Amino acid sequence: MDITRRNFLGLTALGTLSAATGTSAASSLHREPVDNKKVYGVLVDTVLCIGCRKCEWACNQEHKLSDKKLQEYEDKSVFDRHRRPSDSAYTVVNEFSNSEDPTGKKYQIKVQCMHCNHPACESACIVGAFKKVENGTVRYDAWKCIGCRYCMIACPFQIPAYEYSKAIEPRVMKCTFCLHRTEVGKRPACVEICPNEALVFGTREQILQVAHERIQARPEKYSAHVYGEHEAGGTSWIYLLPYDFKHTELPALDDRPIPDRTEKIQHAIFKSFVPPAALYGLLGLIMYTQKRDSRGEED
Amino acid sequence: MSGHEIPTPIRKVPYFTKGTLVLFGIMCLGLATFLARFLFGLGAVTNLNDQYPWGLWIAIDVATGVALAAGGFTTAALAEIFHRGKYHVITRPALLTAMLGYTFVAIGVVTDLGRYYNIWHVLLPPFWQGNSVLFEVGMCVMIYLTVLYVEFLPIVVERFVGRVNFPGPFSIFNKIVDLFLKLAGRALQRVLWVFIIAGVVLSCLHQSSLGTLMVIAPYKMHPLWYTSLSPLLFLLSAIAVGFPMVIFESILASRSLKLKPETKVLSSIARYTPIILGTYFIVKIGDITLREAWPYVIEGSLHSFMWSVEMILGVVTPIVLFSIKRVRNSVGGLFTGATLIVLGVVLNRINVFIIAYKPLYAVKPYFPTFWEIIVTAGLACALVLIYRFFVMNLPVISVPEKDLQSASTRVGS
Ligand code: SF4
Ligand code: SF4
Ligand code: SF4
Repeated sequence: MDITRRNFLGLTALGTLSAATGTSAASSLHREPVDNKKVYGVLVDTVLCIGCRKCEWACNQEHKLSDKKLQEYEDKSVFDRHRRPSDSAYTVVNEFSNSEDPTGKKYQIKVQCMHCNHPACESACIVGAFKKVENGTVRYDAWKCIGCRYCMIACPFQIPAYEYSKAIEPRVMKCTFCLHRTEVGKRPACVEICPNEALVFGTREQILQVAHERIQARPEKYSAHVYGEHEAGGTSWIYLLPYDFKHTELPALDDRPIPDRTEKIQHAIFKSFVPPAALYGLLGLIMYTQKRDSRGEED
Repeated sequence: MSGHEIPTPIRKVPYFTKGTLVLFGIMCLGLATFLARFLFGLGAVTNLNDQYPWGLWIAIDVATGVALAAGGFTTAALAEIFHRGKYHVITRPALLTAMLGYTFVAIGVVTDLGRYYNIWHVLLPPFWQGNSVLFEVGMCVMIYLTVLYVEFLPIVVERFVGRVNFPGPFSIFNKIVDLFLKLAGRALQRVLWVFIIAGVVLSCLHQSSLGTLMVIAPYKMHPLWYTSLSPLLFLLSAIAVGFPMVIFESILASRSLKLKPETKVLSSIARYTPIILGTYFIVKIGDITLREAWPYVIEGSLHSFMWSVEMILGVVTPIVLFSIKRVRNSVGGLFTGATLIVLGVVLNRINVFIIAYKPLYAVKPYFPTFWEIIVTAGLACALVLIYRFFVMNLPVISVPEKDLQSASTRVGS
C-alpha cells in the first residue's frame, strides 16, 4: 500500500466522518519540523560496531537496572536470538547478517528508543506522560502515567517495555537519552563508553552530516540509506548499515509521522467542538419537532 | 398502546435459582482473581507482555462492553428523540443495561490499568492531552457514564416517591425525603432531554473513537482491519448492534423472569436491522475493495478465516434472517438473529484488538490466561446478577396493565 493511497483513504474517512457530523473536512495537520540544530542525535554506525556490548553495561549501570559485571557482557551467546529492550535493559545489541552476502559477515546493531521527531508514544499518551523536550529527548514522567500501555501499542519501533511484575508503581521503561547527563553537557553513557566510535553524539544536524560523509568516503562499505533520517518523520537516533535495512530488524516505515493518522481524524471530529455541537443541535431539533408531531398520537 | 404498559418491579420468580447460583459462583471466582491482580500485579495473572500490552480485558471488558451497551443510546434516540412512543417499553431495560455495562467497562479499565490509582489524572486539565485518542474515549465514557446515572435517577425516584418509610426514630425524615424526591423528580423531568441528547452525542463520539484507537499502529495491524475508516465502522457497528442487543437481553430476561416476551415491539425494531447492518456491510465491503485488500480475505490464513466468520455469521446471515418477516415475528428467529449480530460484534472487537495486532518481534501470539478469562466471565456474571436484582426491585420492565391485577407483583401494597 503506497503513501498516496493511505492519504487518500485518510481523507475519505475524514470526509465521511465530517459529513456525518455536519462540517467540512479539517485542513491537514500542520507539524513544526524539528530544528536539527537544536535537537541532539546519536549516529549508530553498525559497520564500526564490534559487538562488545559495553554500551549495554554502561546503560544498565547509569540507570541502575542491573548490577551485572562488565565481564558478563562479553558473553556473545546472547546474539543467538533476537532480543528487544525490556524493563531491565533500555538498550540491547543484536546481530544480523545478509544471506546474500557470500562472506557471511555478521554485524551488530544496538537498539533503543529512537527519540522520534514526532513521537507516536507522545501523541498516544492519555495524560501527557511522554513529552518531546527541547533537546530532542522523548521524556517519560512516571508520576503522570496511569499505566494504560497505549504508548506501547503506538510505538512503531516496539520500544517501550513495562514492569508487569510490579503490583504497585509499575513504570513504562525505555531509553532516557541520558537526559540527566546531556542537560549538564555530558554525552549519554553508552556513547561515552563505546570504544570504536560506533556511536557518535551531536546535534541532529551534525550527526546527519557525519553519516553522509562516512557513506561518501567509503560507499562500498555502506548502504546509501541513512535509516532514521526520514523514517516516520525522522528520528534522533539514526543508523548506518552495511546493506539494506531489511536484513536487520529495523522496521520498514514510510516518511509520514505516525501521529498524523489518528490526529487528523481526531481533530476533524473535534474541530472547535463544532461537529459535536452541530449534532447536538440537530438532534434537539428533531426531538422538538417530532414531539409536536406525535403529541396527538400519544395521548 | 404505551399507555397500557406499565414499568414495574418483577417479583414473579425468586432471586436465587440454580442458574443464578452458578453465576454467583463464577462472579466470586472472578472477584478473587480481580483482587489477586492488585496484590500481585498484571504479570502474575495475565499473559500480557511487552509485545502484547493489550489483551482480553481491553478487547472484551472495555471495547466490546462499550459496543454492547449501545442499546442504551440507540433506543433513547428512537424513543425519546424520534418520539416513537411504542418503544418506550424497551428504553428502561436498555438504559439499565447501558448503565451497568459502562460501569463494568470502568471496572474493566481499572483492572487493566497498571497505575489505576492515577486515573483521576485524566480529569485534570494539566494532564489533558487532546491528541490522544484514548483521552477522548476516556473522557466521553466518563461523562456518558454520569449521564446514564442521571437518566436512570427518575426510575429510582419513581420507585420510592410516596413510599419513603424509614423505620422507628428515622420516620421523622419520611416527609422531608419524600418531598425532596418529588422535587428532584420534577426537576429531572424538566432537564432530562438535555441529558438524553448529550448521551447520544457522547456515544457517537466515543463509539467512533474506539475505532480510531488502533489507527495509531499502522505497521502492526493486519490489513484486513487496518483502515482509516475504522472509526466510522465502529460507530456503524455499534448502532447496528444496539437493537439486536435489546432483543437479545429482552428475550433472555423474559425467559428467566417468566414473562411474555415483547415480541411485537421486538419484531418492530428488528425491521431496522437489515438497513443499519446493511449500511455497515456496504461500507465494510467498500473499504476492503478501495484498499484492494481482497487478496487477504482469501489467503487462507487465520486472519482471513476470522474475517470471514465475522462477516458471514455476524453480518450477512443476520441481515438475511431479519429481512424475512416470518423470522422477525418469531421469538426463536429474533433470538437467533440477534445473537448472531451480538457475537459478530464481539468477534469484530476481538479481531481488531487482538487477532489483527501483529507486533514486531513477537515470538508467539497472545492468548489469555485462565485468570484473565475468569475475571471477564466474573464481570459478565456480576452484570447479569445486578441486572436481575434491579429489575426485581425497580420499575424497569413494562408489563401489560391487566397483568398487574395479580397484586403480588405490585410493590408496596
Ligand atoms: S521510538 Fe517509540 S518510544 Fe521512542 S520516541 Fe519513538 S515512538 Fe516513542
Ligand atoms: S502507559 Fe503511561 S506513558 Fe504509556 S500511554 Fe499510558 S499513561 Fe501514557
Ligand atoms: S559499545 Fe559501541 S562497539 Fe560496543 S556494542 Fe555498543 S555500540 Fe557496539
